[in-house]
Amino acid sequence: MGKLEGKVALVTGAARGQGRSHALRLAEEGADIIAVDICAQVDTVAYPMSSRADLDETVAEVEKLDRRIVAHVADVRDEKALNAAVADGVAALGGVDIVLANAGIASIGVAEDGNEAAVFRTLIDINLTGVWNTVHAAAPTMIEQGRGGAIVLTSSTQGLTGRGGDGSASMDGYCAAKHGVVGLMRTFAHWLAPHDIRVNSVHPTGVNTPMIVNPVVESFLAGSADVGDALANLMDVPVIEARDVSNAIAWLVSDEGRYVTGTTLPVDAGFTVR
Amino acid sequence: MSGRVEGKVAFVTGAARNQGRSHALRLAQEGADIIAVDLCEPVKSIEMYPPATEEDLAETARLVEELDRRILTTKADVRDADALQAAVDAGVAELGRLDIVCANAGVFEIQPALELTDAAWREMIDINLTGVWNTCRAALPHLVAGGRGGSIVITSSTAGLKGTPNTVHYTAAKHGVVGIMRTIANEFAPHSIRCNTVHPTGVDTIMIQNEKTWGLFDPDNPHPTRESAAPVFESTNALPVPWVEPIDISNAILFLASDEARYVTGVTLPVDAGYTVK
Repeated sequence: MGKLEGKVALVTGAARGQGRSHALRLAEEGADIIAVDICAQVDTVAYPMSSRADLDETVAEVEKLDRRIVAHVADVRDEKALNAAVADGVAALGGVDIVLANAGIASIGVAEDGNEAAVFRTLIDINLTGVWNTVHAAAPTMIEQGRGGAIVLTSSTQGLTGRGGDGSASMDGYCAAKHGVVGLMRTFAHWLAPHDIRVNSVHPTGVNTPMIVNPVVESFLAGSADVGDALANLMDVPVIEARDVSNAIAWLVSDEGRYVTGTTLPVDAGFTVR
Repeated sequence: MSGRVEGKVAFVTGAARNQGRSHALRLAQEGADIIAVDLCEPVKSIEMYPPATEEDLAETARLVEELDRRILTTKADVRDADALQAAVDAGVAELGRLDIVCANAGVFEIQPALELTDAAWREMIDINLTGVWNTCRAALPHLVAGGRGGSIVITSSTAGLKGTPNTVHYTAAKHGVVGIMRTIANEFAPHSIRCNTVHPTGVDTIMIQNEKTWGLFDPDNPHPTRESAAPVFESTNALPVPWVEPIDISNAILFLASDEARYVTGVTLPVDAGYTVK
């Protein structure tokens, strides 16, 4: 029997990359999934974003594991659309026990000239306010259900350090938003502890997904030896796999982590301790 | 189904009872063989709870063997680097390899800072800080020689992240092991050896379930009990629980020791019901 049998997990950014990996890992442990993704391009993002076909693939793969999944196209910046998607999933699957606020973007490589404010603001809107919207879309139901729960916010090594900062709006916005997520995690941990709902953040180093492994980021890293070195891991791996982050999350949200709350868990090949 | 640490060998200090025994059993359940050490003797400045015994250590061995795993036990003091080295060397010779280290052995005592004797300070640092280093030093050559990497988990405490009154020696030692962890994580990363700390809040063992500790939490009560202290313990945690169980720490250590955490290193992981975030 899976560690998450009978639970329902909300996953944002579930169409591909880490989000899809999390949905599949939790489904393997028995969870049903409420999946949300924007499935559209954001114009301050230089790499191609997810599509409806990607989200459909996540649905097919979860169903192959004999778990149920309710998927909606929704933007985490759009509170109404997000609330509606979550409400529909809750109605169809009988509640929500786990929330993975995973949706996020990077703006490395985007042309910033004259556009800095929009780049910065969009990073904050999606990577920080989007996390706030996500948790508020699900937490009232979790409290009302009275069966506890677990929330994991996906921050980053950039939520714990500013290493690699270069004054660009893309680095500033990403780092500020990911640090901000830690603040949300800590305040949510207080808010929800009396309801036996745990809240933690995970802090991946670069992960082998389309957000990081693409020609735009590769040319950025190759552009300067300093940046490449600043963003290197302590362990001898250039990037980790989405599955490594999913495994940490699967542990955090299971009963094996029943007394783990308010923690910042790096999955970073030693990036932050370096 | 294959266990999460199948075929590996784990070295566990303080393995006679409580958290150490729980770690040995949890790792054995998931397929590891165990090298176990424990002092099994009193420590002079630790008066508030009785020490583990050789019978306790034998019971750990019996329970591991019941799980069909092998175990080699040695009565050894983490302050005695030579004895510790001999125990690990013998364990590796017998069990064939070393992959996981749980530097768990430790003691706890409550003492107002200005009433602490030099001897009590030194004893605490010797066991809870130097003992951890001795444990790592005895194990690291085997991990390096194995060429398969490894995972060291050091048991710190919420007192390794936060200060509390009346525990200056304990708090200093538990902060100190974080420094050991961070150094080892850096120095041995090229060998794929990972090193992390866990930081439990109060764990439901005799180390906190004794009259002196209950009295610290319930100071106005002339006859404090587990029940009278529980609400005060609970008020220090964010989650509505007074303390956690040894198995909760074991589950965190198992995750860190397993390949599921293959890229987790240099991390201070609280298992503390929200104590440090409160």
